[in-house]
Amino acid sequence: MAYKKRHDGRKPDETRPITAKAGVIPKADGSGYFKIGKTEAYAAVYGPRELHPRSMQDPKQGLLRCTYNMMPFSGQGDRVRPGPSRRSKEISMVMENALRPIVDLDAYPNAVVDVFVELPQTDAGSRCAAISAAAIALADAGVKMRDVVTAVAVGFVDGLIVVDLDYEEEAWKEGEVADIPVAMIPSTGEITLLQMDGKVEKKDLLAALKQAQPVFQRIAEIQRGAVKQRYAEINDSIEKA
Amino acid sequence: MEKVTAMDNALKEHISEALGKGLRLDGRKLDEFRPISIEVGKVATAEGSAEIRCGETHVVVGVKMEVGKPYSDRPDSGTLMVNAELRPISNPLFETGPPTIESIEVARVIDRTIRESKTIDEKKLCIKAGEKVWMANIDVCPLNHDGNLIDIGALAALAALKDTKMPKIDANGQADYHEHTDEGLALESFPVAVTIVKIGSNLLVDPTDEEMRVADARLTVGSLEDGRICALQKGGDGPLTIDDIERMIDLAITTGKELRKLV
Repeated sequence: MAYKKRHDGRKPDETRPITAKAGVIPKADGSGYFKIGKTEAYAAVYGPRELHPRSMQDPKQGLLRCTYNMMPFSGQGDRVRPGPSRRSKEISMVMENALRPIVDLDAYPNAVVDVFVELPQTDAGSRCAAISAAAIALADAGVKMRDVVTAVAVGFVDGLIVVDLDYEEEAWKEGEVADIPVAMIPSTGEITLLQMDGKVEKKDLLAALKQAQPVFQRIAEIQRGAVKQRYAEINDSIEKA
Repeated sequence: MEKVTAMDNALKEHISEALGKGLRLDGRKLDEFRPISIEVGKVATAEGSAEIRCGETHVVVGVKMEVGKPYSDRPDSGTLMVNAELRPISNPLFETGPPTIESIEVARVIDRTIRESKTIDEKKLCIKAGEKVWMANIDVCPLNHDGNLIDIGALAALAALKDTKMPKIDANGQADYHEHTDEGLALESFPVAVTIVKIGSNLLVDPTDEEMRVADARLTVGSLEDGRICALQKGGDGPLTIDDIERMIDLAITTGKELRKLV
């Protein structure tokens, strides 16, 4: 039986409900919150600040450093043991690769821009939520950048092209599943994260990437809206004072 | 402890000067807690959870129930474990890496408060003596750390334990995290932790990050609903007189009664 209707009633190009906010972590220089369905990510930016040890400093450009971490109770199964894992290290690296093209690191010689992401709960799509939250945090911190980065999974569940797979779809038993986390610079359509679990034909992959374009634009507007909302609030509080 | 910087010395002077006039930097009275809000059950992947905000300190506490083997010296008892991590998302002074001594202390004092008060009857966590027991893992995860993590984390831990629903056990004897029962954890007592810091001759409740950094000494007092003390931890390298300790315990127990009403 082919997967014609999504198990939660969503349309194929419909994401789960999204909530995005900026300025959620007062101690940070900038912060973002991105919740999609039951996957929830907090991101904080500290910096640009001096990079230690000094031997790592580069007088030509700053360093963007990401740290992805699932809270121990945030997984679908057993407790996630605290501390870095192979998985969290790889995700931290691909996050850096996904975000670096939009950040003007030439503006921050010898410095580091640290991005820390914590996930209180996950239901698939956590690396995409982490990237989308991190982009909001970078903008909130006033880091020099040319656009946001928007990330969401596209994929196939038993032949149906869908976006934003949840855990139940990723684990779909009755047909083949391909889960493809993608990050995009929305103003140019350039792709900065591309991974895949599953099997897919080249033409189907390209079709899915093209079909998903409007979804990225919609999410990007939500991210930009979160930053604008934050600055409207700051403006109001200045005017009142 | 982190080393004391010139900034800390200036901060201490500033805080002490204000305290001389009976003021705290955020305008609170010395014995006043910051406003607290607690939301339970928000984390779908945890068996129990509490998201707590106290002033700008913001913490998520989750309870994860796992099936494991009992300790050989207590074959009919489940286990309880509290873990806390001062993650670098929550404060510019925290770094990535293995748990620091500060985070270990936070975890152990919260653990002691809950364990010594026998909040959870570990015998009731036994599934099959000598083979299978429930292990209750409590993780304290700050998102924004503006001081007093022990008190705030302990209060949220109690709320999260109260919120906990046990998972079903599947045919293989493992926890099925997608099916929960209506059965909760029976809480046998309601311990709360209250930390009092001493700055000069002043005793302060609910210290902020800055107040903690400049404190001469602190005392965390875990207390029960009947007024008994269930845990103590003196922190900081300044000494306390017996008179100080008496005043701090009184203040902690009075404050604890108000905190307990929130859970």
